Amino acid sequence: MAVNQSHTLPESLRESARLVEKTREERLARLLRGETFPLLSLSDRRAWLEEYHPDYQLEGRRTLGVGPSKGMETPVELADLLEAWPRANVLSLYEDSDKRLAQEPDHVTDVLIIGGGGAGMAAAITAAEAGAKVTIATKLRPGDSNTIMAEGGIQAADQECDSPVQHFLDVLGGGHFTNDPDMVEALVTDGPETLRWLEELGLLFDKYATGRMKTRHGGGTSRKRLHSCGDVTGLEIMRVLQDRAEYLGVETIQFHPAVELLTDENGRAVGVVLERIPQGETLVVRAKAVILATGGFGRLHFRDFPTSNHYGATADGLAIAYRAGLPLRDIQSCQYHPTGVAYPEQKLGLLLTEKFRGLGAQILNRHGDEFVHNLEPRDVTTATIIRECSEYDNGVETPGGVNGVWLDIPLIELLHGRGTIEREFPGRFKEFIGKGFDIRKWPVLAYPTLHYQNGGVVTGTDAATDMPGLFAAGEVTGGVHGKNRLMGNALLEILVFGRRAGEGAARFAAEFGAGGKPGLSHLDAFLEELTVAKIDRQRTAPRLLPVYGKVRPV
Amino acid sequence: MDRADHVSILYDGEKHEVPSGRTILSALEEIGIGFVRGVGCRGGVCGACTVLYRISDETEFHAALMCQEPVQAEMEILPLPYFPQKKVRHSLDLPEGETPHYRVVNYYPEINRCIMCGECSRLCPVGIDVMGYVGMIKRGELREAAWESFTCVQCQACALRCPGQIPQPNAALTARLFHGRHQVPQAEHLTRALEKNRKEDIHAVIGRLRRMKPVEIQALYQRREIEPQNAPPGTWLPEDRTLIMMG
Repeated sequence: MAVNQSHTLPESLRESARLVEKTREERLARLLRGETFPLLSLSDRRAWLEEYHPDYQLEGRRTLGVGPSKGMETPVELADLLEAWPRANVLSLYEDSDKRLAQEPDHVTDVLIIGGGGAGMAAAITAAEAGAKVTIATKLRPGDSNTIMAEGGIQAADQECDSPVQHFLDVLGGGHFTNDPDMVEALVTDGPETLRWLEELGLLFDKYATGRMKTRHGGGTSRKRLHSCGDVTGLEIMRVLQDRAEYLGVETIQFHPAVELLTDENGRAVGVVLERIPQGETLVVRAKAVILATGGFGRLHFRDFPTSNHYGATADGLAIAYRAGLPLRDIQSCQYHPTGVAYPEQKLGLLLTEKFRGLGAQILNRHGDEFVHNLEPRDVTTATIIRECSEYDNGVETPGGVNGVWLDIPLIELLHGRGTIEREFPGRFKEFIGKGFDIRKWPVLAYPTLHYQNGGVVTGTDAATDMPGLFAAGEVTGGVHGKNRLMGNALLEILVFGRRAGEGAARFAAEFGAGGKPGLSHLDAFLEELTVAKIDRQRTAPRLLPVYGKVRPV
Repeated sequence: MDRADHVSILYDGEKHEVPSGRTILSALEEIGIGFVRGVGCRGGVCGACTVLYRISDETEFHAALMCQEPVQAEMEILPLPYFPQKKVRHSLDLPEGETPHYRVVNYYPEINRCIMCGECSRLCPVGIDVMGYVGMIKRGELREAAWESFTCVQCQACALRCPGQIPQPNAALTARLFHGRHQVPQAEHLTRALEKNRKEDIHAVIGRLRRMKPVEIQALYQRREIEPQNAPPGTWLPEDRTLIMMG
């Protein structure tokens, strides 16, 4: 690989980086004595969050005036998507629905899964193993998702000092006791067997020679419960799931995002309308059960925050579910990952996994001083970083004019020995060293980045939504994490609820068959509301892909 | 070139002036070239935005990910969104008397065609020694091959240029799966945890927590004993063991 010198630290940043170097020995000595920066009390957590976390600010928010969650506040970028007209091709189907939809569908299957990420793929495997014919329709390629970008790990209570009950308590506290306890209970009790399932699929966990899993802390955990595959945990999970799904004969329709659900006269989901991109023509798919696994909203860039998310994370599923009458919860709640890359700018917003902090890397201000315990829940850490940079003016300014704080990665090797960084973070290490930047020697500048949609479509523990025949799993859903997710619970969630959705959908398909005539009557009430609210007809959803530079929308 | 902060490149046969200091992807988007296919995660792990490029007047050409590679003057860029690589659909079963190594080579006998030209390793945009792991698979060193290929993003550049027509990324995937399934010991502590969970009524204990008043459960949360960072695996236990169901 060519070494590109432009990615090493410029002189203006080196000065502060040297201060980090200077304080490192003393910080190390404190750590070795077992002294850590104090954890905040619950009341301090609340105070920092209310004052500095973007979720708690009124700016950039709007109250929904249309649809099943009317009165709920959401970021304006999302409100524009929820209070929007269907795309032109769907509207023409709607106006002409008897003719086109009465014809033979373009494709027929038992279980149709919208989205080819981790939740969708886990659902596909489970449904196929239950004997259903399974089709995945995906906007980009199968596997293209936030799942593959998950670096740090997956939580599950498997250690001697741990139990699903202890995990339950951590999840609730991390979510500030706003989670749906039924969903949390399902998540934590399925945890250990999910690890075993992955092991049997050939997943390469980080293990000791005996086969014992290596575990570590994540923000907000009371036990070391985080299992990883280097720093490409999500990628490894995705590769393994995808291989299994292919083996089981799951078929995929790629570059075909869903743009609308199809329902019968009883209000049951019986299929979807897909759009072939970029050409724009529609494809009508009939299915006995549908699973929504479309992921989250990071690429909506609320308040211009950079994002760690995949290109396709544009909340398509939320828009589709919302106008089908499904209520959303906690949708105003975004997770800003505390350590997105702030420099170099080409990597702005991309992730520096929490595993770095799990192994001891500290967050420092421009003087090289600690200002937060390195394993607070994510939203709390994010709020304190924003405070440190805005209120106290202790951030480091990059040449591009963005603020950052240091993530002192080199500290890891002083704690755990030489070679740890290369071994534990093979992905990030190779990526940075390829650009001439050695993360074993230099700290990296970080700033919070839009990372995860905490809320979403409401489901039961069986992943069923309020609409018969429609299931949902993964980031598109809400309730498990309440208002804040802990690290490692997203990968667990997509597998636990993906599998439950696959099982439920296969059972539903076998029990209830094809259903009635496919139509779009579920849109009647919503379109009426849009008209009354005088929503501009130019405003349509889903958007499918974000728009950058001078690129025109799809 | 007209503007100092712009460079001239050739993308997919067309000449463009793009802003310098950007990745190839964001430079092209900046001037209005949008992507539906050929772009994925934008974070360097999905391999969707693979391109081959050569700087005019130079002989050597390179593979890169558009979302990672800075744009350079006089780049000639060929997008490579898809490559028809051989992929075997197989289970992870291991018939009696066969080794994982035998299975992998059986599914991908092409790995024996490596002529050690090294083009794959030279091209790999994420710095993997592809030729190295092909040799490891050949020699039955599945563990070594698994970890050398571990950060592969399936961009296909290696397979594209291989004179032996070896589908390296897919052979590596099969090697990793067989290694993980058959050669890595299962986690015994996990087996014990699963047994314990079957015996104990977890839902009853969680139910007790769920019936607590908010102040009670918050107090319980704040009293959590935190496993020390440096505790050796499987040794530390909390003083209060009710929540971990040990009395």
